[in-house]
Amino acid sequence: MSDAEQVRQHVRVYLMMFLALAVLTIVTVTISYFRLPMTYAIPLAITVAAVKAGLVAGYFMHLISEEKVILYVLLLCASFFVFLMALPVSTETGIAPLWPLSGG
Amino acid sequence: MSTVVIPWQVKPHPLTGVTSGKLGIWLFLASEVMLFGALFSSYVLLRVGSPHEYWPRGVQAGLSVPIGTFNTLVLITSSVTMVMAWASLKMNQFAAFKRYFGATIGLGSTFLVVKAFEYGTKFHHGIFPWVGWPQPTDPSTFNALYFTLTGLHGLHVLLGVLAYLWFLFVGVRMWKTDPERFTGRIEICGLYWHFVDLVWIFLFPVLYLL
Repeated sequence: MSDAEQVRQHVRVYLMMFLALAVLTIVTVTISYFRLPMTYAIPLAITVAAVKAGLVAGYFMHLISEEKVILYVLLLCASFFVFLMALPVSTETGIAPLWPLSGG
Repeated sequence: MSTVVIPWQVKPHPLTGVTSGKLGIWLFLASEVMLFGALFSSYVLLRVGSPHEYWPRGVQAGLSVPIGTFNTLVLITSSVTMVMAWASLKMNQFAAFKRYFGATIGLGSTFLVVKAFEYGTKFHHGIFPWVGWPQPTDPSTFNALYFTLTGLHGLHVLLGVLAYLWFLFVGVRMWKTDPERFTGRIEICGLYWHFVDLVWIFLFPVLYLL
């Protein structure tokens, strides 16, 4: 199959992804009107956002069929990102002792 | 004088399997993840460390959910028009490319105009980055984070729109001389734009809804 034909088939997927993203946006906004307690609202909103981000990265940015070298770069990047997010949470909850030298 | 040619601009490098430009933009985007990641990390730190009464939901701080939702849909639509612009080039449909690429620029500009309107309303009500919540002298950092995060994101949108205007009116000449390389450039433009959309996908619920 030629490059152009492959892209022609992908166009339909792009439009489906657009619909999915629009629907998920409406879902996030609708959930916010329920005024759930933050312990439920935060994980729920972040999960929907992560699904949307996955669709954008996977299909619009073509990560789903990208070369391994790009995936390795992003894997390294993602591990640093998780560390960045874990730092403030650990300082507040104290469940992950990331500060062995603080003496506190 | 000899001309220096950057290798692997059109054909993928045999070791990596991708072009130099594509590898370059992904490395740049990885650094962008760290930039926004540091700001999101600061947001989490400041929010979990803040007394509950000093941290508003977006609505309480005067943010409009319908306007934020509208802008989210505008950016999502612009992501689709951007990927369609690239797909049009791949299918050798240059007129369609110009329509989709122009639409992306239009939608990006719409996002910025709406954001400017939101900022204007806030300034009109005396809300600036250094103003606390609920009282202007309270120690809340919500406004500082709101303006920093949305300001940096808006700057990315603005730079994208300016770069795309250049591609639409000047850089587009390359389509006649080297269409494959031009298509590669538009793909790189698209990767940047989708990343900007991706950041907003997280900013919207974090600032407006939670």
